[in-house]
Amino acid sequence: MGRVVVDVMPKPEILDPQGKAVAAALPRLGFTGFTGVRQGKRFELEVDGDVTEEVLEAARRAAETLLSNPVIEDVIRVADAQDRA
Amino acid sequence: MTAVTADRAQPATGAAGARIGVVTFPGTLDDRDAARAVRLAGATPVPLWHADADLQGVDAVVLPGGFSYGDYLRAGAISRFAPVMDVLVDAARGGLPVLGICNGFQVLCEAHLLPGAMIKNDHRTFICREQVLTVENIDTVWTRDYQAGEQITIPLKNQDGQYVADPHVLDELEAEGRVVFRYAGWNPNGSRRDIAGITNAAGNVVGLMPHPEHAVESGFGPDGARGPRTGTDGLRFFTSVISTLVG
Repeated sequence: MGRVVVDVMPKPEILDPQGKAVAAALPRLGFTGFTGVRQGKRFELEVDGDVTEEVLEAARRAAETLLSNPVIEDVIRVADAQDRA
Repeated sequence: MTAVTADRAQPATGAAGARIGVVTFPGTLDDRDAARAVRLAGATPVPLWHADADLQGVDAVVLPGGFSYGDYLRAGAISRFAPVMDVLVDAARGGLPVLGICNGFQVLCEAHLLPGAMIKNDHRTFICREQVLTVENIDTVWTRDYQAGEQITIPLKNQDGQYVADPHVLDELEAEGRVVFRYAGWNPNGSRRDIAGITNAAGNVVGLMPHPEHAVESGFGPDGARGPRTGTDGLRFFTSVISTLVG
């Protein structure tokens, strides 16, 4: 079984309310060194068999059409999960 | 209270032939309120189901509010690919009047019938309040019964209500007069340029975050000039489209 990882992040110029909430909570736990937090999404798309170039291309199209909204988000990575541990 | 009863919105005459569809997705909450608003305005509401690629020959469509598919992925992102949306997108491009309220507005943006997108409110909390809006465009099929510059009060209730778009898209909307409603007095969610609702270029597709269908009958709406819960400022959305259809 193969697995494709898709990472989606809010665009840098878009306010990220969830990231701001996490950033505000960190100091309360003593994590005072982090100056900012942005929260994104990680998708894992599973396929039977290997992750071929065709599978990656389909995952890229899925990432652009459904998994992200280009108005507010950027697709950061579409990759075979085995390429990075 | 007889005053409230006597003041109740009566269906307009002559409009009963207009059939207005109300779409229900899994997680839609305000479909019954939207159908009731259609009825009070004098038309016949027609329930439409998300899984049926069939508009049943309706004359207009309302996409109501709620949390379709639990807002999973992004608000409106999964509903946008429902079978009913395939036929709705084509019909809207052909001129069918479509109104998206709250989650329905989010669906229209995800379906690219309207530009931009909604993200979480800038204050990060759900908000529910009676909201004053300025009506800036009365040339759409959903706003022709209002007066330009008129201020109306209807409920606002959402979590992902912050309207965002690229600056050049916002400039285009402003230049073409496609900002239909702007928040008055206070921006409740951080929306760019206080935008509460917009239209497509043709004026048949309108989306807004606040809820006109909750302000259509005296006794059940926001506070109005005549006393508590007397506000019916939302009713003219529905009479506007009916007068377009039967006019």
